[in-house]
Amino acid sequence: MVPSKSNVLTDEDLQGTNLQGQNARALRARKLTTIYVYEAPVRLWHWVTAASIVVLAITEYFIGTPLPTLSGEPSNHFLMGWIRYLHFAAAWIFAVGFAGRIVWTFMGNIYTRELFYIPIWRKDYWKGLLDEILVYAFIKKQGEKTIGHNALARTALFFCFTLTGLFMIISGFALYSEGTGMDSWEGRVFGWVMPWLGGDLGTHFLHHWGMWVIILFVMIHIYTVTREDIMSRQTLLSAMTNGYRSYRDDRPK
Amino acid sequence: MAGLETFYEVMRRQGITRRSFIKYCSLTAAALGLGPEFVPQIASAMETKPRLPVLWLHGLECTCCSESFIRSAHPLVKDVVLSMISLDYDDTLMASAGHQAEAILDEVMEKYHGNYILAVEGNPPLNEDGMYCIIGGKPFVEQLKKVASGAKAIISWGSCASYGCVQAARPNPTQATPVHKVILDKPIIKVPGCPPIAEVMTGVITYMLTFDRLPELDRQGRPKMFYSQRIHDKCYRRPHFDAGQYVESFDDEGARKGYCLYKVGCKGPTTYNACSIVRWNDGVSFPIQSGHGCIGCSEDGFWDKGSWYARLQNVGGFGVEASADKVGMVAAGAVGAGLAAHAAISALSRARYKGDDAQ
Repeated sequence: MVPSKSNVLTDEDLQGTNLQGQNARALRARKLTTIYVYEAPVRLWHWVTAASIVVLAITEYFIGTPLPTLSGEPSNHFLMGWIRYLHFAAAWIFAVGFAGRIVWTFMGNIYTRELFYIPIWRKDYWKGLLDEILVYAFIKKQGEKTIGHNALARTALFFCFTLTGLFMIISGFALYSEGTGMDSWEGRVFGWVMPWLGGDLGTHFLHHWGMWVIILFVMIHIYTVTREDIMSRQTLLSAMTNGYRSYRDDRPK
Repeated sequence: MAGLETFYEVMRRQGITRRSFIKYCSLTAAALGLGPEFVPQIASAMETKPRLPVLWLHGLECTCCSESFIRSAHPLVKDVVLSMISLDYDDTLMASAGHQAEAILDEVMEKYHGNYILAVEGNPPLNEDGMYCIIGGKPFVEQLKKVASGAKAIISWGSCASYGCVQAARPNPTQATPVHKVILDKPIIKVPGCPPIAEVMTGVITYMLTFDRLPELDRQGRPKMFYSQRIHDKCYRRPHFDAGQYVESFDDEGARKGYCLYKVGCKGPTTYNACSIVRWNDGVSFPIQSGHGCIGCSEDGFWDKGSWYARLQNVGGFGVEASADKVGMVAAGAVGAGLAAHAAISALSRARYKGDDAQ
């Protein structure tokens, strides 16, 4: 398509399309450049992970601070049992999803790899990072357009989601081996974590901290995604629902 | 010097009947988690093997391990246990003292070089060249290194020898150091606990006598047969945990009904020991049965892991003591407020960006 100066369409632009003959002005037709960024497995993974994080955080909180005592015989209740069951089930979904997501980096497009490293050796990464920090400090009006994540988002994701999530999986399986036993595969593969993190209690403690890191990350994530969707030069919500990211202008920079 | 009498001879000499002896072997087999087919093997080992020379050193410690040890009920009563191993040196229990006692140490080390077991109660302080613990006029660390050099294996009795325990708690002014960080070239069996359970202590020794090898150890060097499960896993109050029934405070209805002590800081879920199975004082009771949570005394650094009455550690560096949840809530509140302010400024500074057409 020939790039037009403005992305507001004229009657001419509609020629030869299914909108031919319509009044472009009345339609308020605008041309948006749209790129298919997040493929279906990535989107599915995102929402499954989001749901599992909600379940994990709630159940984790009630494992650390149990609900008020239930009356009656213990044989009538299994409250903590169910809370722990939900935590473990959600944790398995999170972990399997995480593993699947890693596999998908080898099969999906280049944007699937952004979560797993930050290109600190590239100059434009640092420039983009500074740019976004300036935007969020209200010093700059607009950041650069990106197809995947901007540098700041990518940095936050890498540390607060990918690394923290990996830590939660490793420490989580180590803690799970308390119940399955030190000779279970969880104990053999992840049991080394405990002495390293200050014993079982220390591991519980840091696992609990990990939850708070992820909760704070989720808060910031939801805010920035919503803000960017409204204020930036590209859409974000659509990118993670139908996979398409649209751009509100076609300026090169 | 006890000579080379077998265990059985010693037992008979002390008036133990054959019947009691076989009963002891069966109980020992059961205590070690072995099937009945191992009873003859234990009996035969006791009848034929010379007693195992054991040198028992005391470093920086409180003697609670010895106190526990002499109360072992299975294997049998204390005097038999003390005769069973050839406990050639133990300054708290032996009759001789002073130069006489130290001479025995040298004698055994020479005579049984490479064949004796070194049992260490307590640990060596390393600060000031080990001057915080002097045995026979020399720093304990020197005695430990000397005796360890000829030992077949080392048993670290209790949390002191295994992990450091109270004298190694922060700030650890004497630099009390667990045995495995001082002796690096010998197999070390850790038998943590403050003190360890008497039957666990005698069980470890009996296993080593019977099978001539170290018991199977876990990643941290603890015998798996006693330390592979948490107190929580075999706790008789566990059904209350799963049901969601907790003691909220020590004087409430739940405490009287014997509910789970998780909320008042029981460390059973993070403590590996046999208390909830073997129990204490000939199986009479254990802390949780008495209504108090486990303090996790057999875990590394249990003195520095926060309150015994709180579920998780407090967070240092926040001035006042604060739990992870309090800090987390405050952080979430701060981030939430920050985001709201940021959103407000964003809205004020710039209306919705519509692209080129809005510029």
